[in-house]
Amino acid sequence: MVTSVTSLGRNGLYDWLIQRVSAVVIALYVIGMVGYLICNSDLDYATWSAFMGSVPMRIANTLMLFSVAAHTWIGLWSVTTDYLTGLTFGKAATSVRLVVQMGIALLLLVYILWGLLMIWGGA
Amino acid sequence: MKVSIYRYNPDTDREPTMKEYEVDTQGKDLMVLDILALVKEQDESLSYRRSCREGVCGSDGMNINGKNGLACITPLSEVAPGVKEGKKPLVLRPLPGLPVIRDLVVDMGVFYQQYEKVQPYLQNQSPAPAIERLQSPEERAKLDGLYECILCACCSTSCPSFWWNPEKFLGPAALLQSYRFLADSRDDATEERLSRLDDPFSLFRCHGIMNCVSVCPKGLNPTRAIGHIRSMLLERGV
Repeated sequence: MVTSVTSLGRNGLYDWLIQRVSAVVIALYVIGMVGYLICNSDLDYATWSAFMGSVPMRIANTLMLFSVAAHTWIGLWSVTTDYLTGLTFGKAATSVRLVVQMGIALLLLVYILWGLLMIWGGA
Repeated sequence: MKVSIYRYNPDTDREPTMKEYEVDTQGKDLMVLDILALVKEQDESLSYRRSCREGVCGSDGMNINGKNGLACITPLSEVAPGVKEGKKPLVLRPLPGLPVIRDLVVDMGVFYQQYEKVQPYLQNQSPAPAIERLQSPEERAKLDGLYECILCACCSTSCPSFWWNPEKFLGPAALLQSYRFLADSRDDATEERLSRLDDPFSLFRCHGIMNCVSVCPKGLNPTRAIGHIRSMLLERGV
């Protein structure tokens, strides 16, 4: 058993499942959004604003936001643990990996908070 | 034909080099191992492992023109178009990702450590019956495609996940063996076996790129076995 405190769920199955579920959410959102834009090619600001301000769309946007953040974290966590290791960085590997991972985590946290503000802030 | 072989002696060489040899195959579709024997006649300092010369022992796994395989059962005509005809050189390198001991001989230590981790032996806590533990033909059939592995390491050393994390990711060979015992009706250590595979590295580093399947000289499918283990973990964990 290999332990890791920085993976999203500290468990391979959990991360794997979240990766798949978030991928489905992202795919459905993108397909739905592309469909909406094709069906409403003469979109104006008022229609778009009303559409994005509706409760179902706010929920969909929130789901999308969390899915993208979780998907990104799991994916980039894999990338950092693949390439930022002792093979490439020697003794400095742990520090480099930790700094990069914390940078990504904080950035994603900012995106989530900023996104929530945009979706639910009513601006 | 031209043969280009990776040469490295850590005691005397600063870095590895590729050495060119000229070998006369007389137009025959020889096996790569035969070519190595012909080169060895010219230059006896060349080192490589071999034993059974018929794809059973798994000693002569190496990288042949970019693809891992067993030298003894890989004919020149299957290496790449033009190699047998001498239009393209035969390029031999050691299995990627493992430390080189000398020339084409690699240190398989980490590969065997991962194999050991999956406890590749039957575990059954119930009292042994008088004769043997019986299996139905259907139960036995589940082991087909699993038990045939000869541990040549062609699969694990073609897997990028194993290259980057050889000490944490078990690799396709060990995972195939893990499933061989998970699928065995006579083994009752399923829970313990699965609980050791649940972390983000041991099994879940497999991203299903199927390099292992494409190189396995025995035609086995470790990716499918890994998928079966994942399903077992999912059933257990959801």
